[in-house]
Amino acid sequence: MSDSHGTLNLLVGLAMGLNLVALGSSRLPALIAAVSVQGMVLGVMPLVMESHFAWLVTLVALGTVAGKGILIPHLLRRAMRAARIDREVEPFVGFVPSLLLGAAGTIAAVALAQALPLLQEHAGTLLVSGAGASVLTGFILLIGRAKAISQVCGYLILENGIYLFGLLLIKSTPLLVEAGILLDLTVGIFVIGIIVDRIQRAFDSLDTRKLTVLRE
Amino acid sequence: MKAMLLIVVPLAGAVLAMLWPDKRTRPWLLPAVGLVHTVLSIWLLLAPPEVEAGAWLAFDPLARAVLPAVSLLFLLCAAYAVPYLAVRTERPNRVFVALLLTILGLLSAGHQSRHLGLLWIAIEAVTLAAVPLLHFNGTARAFEATWKYLLVGGTGIALSLLGSFCLGYASLHGGGGGDLTFSALTAQGAGLSRPWVLAAWVLLLAGYGTKMGLAPMHTWKPDAYGEASGTVGALLAGGVTTVAFTAILRIRAVISAAGEGAAADRSLLAIGLFSMMVAALFLLGTRDFKRMLAYSSVEHMGILSIGAALGGAGAWAALFHVWGNSLTKGALFMSAGNLRRSAGAHTLDEVRGMSSVMPWSSGIFLTGMFVVTALPPFGPFFSELGVVRAAFGAGRWGVATLFLGCLVFAFFGLTRVVFGVVDGRPRPAARAGARRFPETAALVVPQLLLLACALWLGVSTPEVLREAWSTAVAQLYPTP
Repeated sequence: MSDSHGTLNLLVGLAMGLNLVALGSSRLPALIAAVSVQGMVLGVMPLVMESHFAWLVTLVALGTVAGKGILIPHLLRRAMRAARIDREVEPFVGFVPSLLLGAAGTIAAVALAQALPLLQEHAGTLLVSGAGASVLTGFILLIGRAKAISQVCGYLILENGIYLFGLLLIKSTPLLVEAGILLDLTVGIFVIGIIVDRIQRAFDSLDTRKLTVLRE
Repeated sequence: MKAMLLIVVPLAGAVLAMLWPDKRTRPWLLPAVGLVHTVLSIWLLLAPPEVEAGAWLAFDPLARAVLPAVSLLFLLCAAYAVPYLAVRTERPNRVFVALLLTILGLLSAGHQSRHLGLLWIAIEAVTLAAVPLLHFNGTARAFEATWKYLLVGGTGIALSLLGSFCLGYASLHGGGGGDLTFSALTAQGAGLSRPWVLAAWVLLLAGYGTKMGLAPMHTWKPDAYGEASGTVGALLAGGVTTVAFTAILRIRAVISAAGEGAAADRSLLAIGLFSMMVAALFLLGTRDFKRMLAYSSVEHMGILSIGAALGGAGAWAALFHVWGNSLTKGALFMSAGNLRRSAGAHTLDEVRGMSSVMPWSSGIFLTGMFVVTALPPFGPFFSELGVVRAAFGAGRWGVATLFLGCLVFAFFGLTRVVFGVVDGRPRPAARAGARRFPETAALVVPQLLLLACALWLGVSTPEVLREAWSTAVAQLYPTP
């Protein structure tokens, strides 16, 4: 039991490290790569948590690796090439402040996780801390980056945080909820992809700073 | 069975709309489905079905108290959409019609969801289905509004999922077997783990509050409502926001059963008052009459939230207000759409004197404005009075004073914009626009019917509705 927690915690730690990589990336391909690797790491987790083979868990794992790790990053890279956007990330919040915020957020998430009681079988995992840290990282990217693609990456990291938390419930929640989550995630990103495409045609750029016509 | 038809019929209609070959006759699917839906929901209102305790989807008292208003609003929006799409022949309407019907089906599912996960899925799907509707006009401004809607709405939806997980974990930690229906969660009550319940409430209120458009998570609203067509704006303001409100009511009942009802009510009250204040301030400043409607919607969501925080009597008034607000917002958005189309603009700098160019739409817009600012004897007057009385009844004098103060400022803001649009000498462009898009009966009658419904609600609130609201309150607030 403690052995599986050890491996799981290693993976959660890796995902938390990738959050910081994403915050420090100054080039879009590096940011997308960080999100992609994080997606794959997340996909492996259900397999590590389960001591014996189970169809449902394997399916969730495969779906996650394929979706978060391969398909979505591929769509993002394609959108980036198709729109011929240059590769700079262009932050509103600089990289060093972002990293400091991210580190502070990670510490806060670990502290918060201490305050929330866990079941016996989950005690000692870093899942709650990892979830909190990823959600905060996602927010920093959503707010602190100018380009649409980096905002989508931020949204993905936010979703990854929620997925980490969902792993606590993977045994108890009915199948429907699991399936719905994967489906909605895919559809959501798909729609975002279309929008990104449209924005590009309308503005010839993926810079959300140009989206400033509508304001008081 | 009939309850399931409320979901299945619109979704089947959506599939049919995708397959329908003829662009000119396709919009007629909207009123056809809307009529079936309204008949079904009124039938269910009059003869409520038995609800199984563990059912995931059911026409339960809360659905009965709210869903018929959505049906009625949809039917009249659909009646308006047919002539609207006939004047907008340059845009393809296949996706537009199919998605409007999808939204109706998903709203029915959302209102009837008695399961935490299913409720989330329905609201998430509604959010996504509305995206293509927002950029129906295909302009750069519409894209901008859509992007903001998706980013803010998507984040809200993500937070509410995280909140749902927290509530699920609260149940698991308290020894629950993973049954996430609201009845099971409420039955578990004090057995739910307190710290997790509080975390869940914060996240769910932020998440579904974003969908409702409570300040400070309302930022998507002015852009989206400002750029959406009248039909879509009416359905978002009168339909989608109400499903988020019923979600918050259902969750509040669970939190209250867990023993944290006082904390939940305090936060609802604070966020409601804050929304009303923000809305009143922005109403005093805005010069765009479609964005004005968005701020008015923020204000009314604040009223709902305050009502929900004031116990049984307040919640009863809030359910009443859902009806008044939905029906009146429909009339306002569609008449604003008529004015905007002819004037070719939507700010006070470019639009004036519309009453001499489009007398009917201007009259409806003006009347609708008075109705939302609680002119007796229309419905919203009595529901807002109910909220104020609930506040006095609970001894919350400060709340009642702030509430009334915000209403007064909102009234100043709304009258300033509406009279600016209606009064004065029209610009030549508006005259030409009115010749190009004449005010036909079909583009005006739906709004008149909506206002008539709002009047009927106020003058003689049907007994069956009073009873439906009381039953819903009894379900959600077991100790008054």
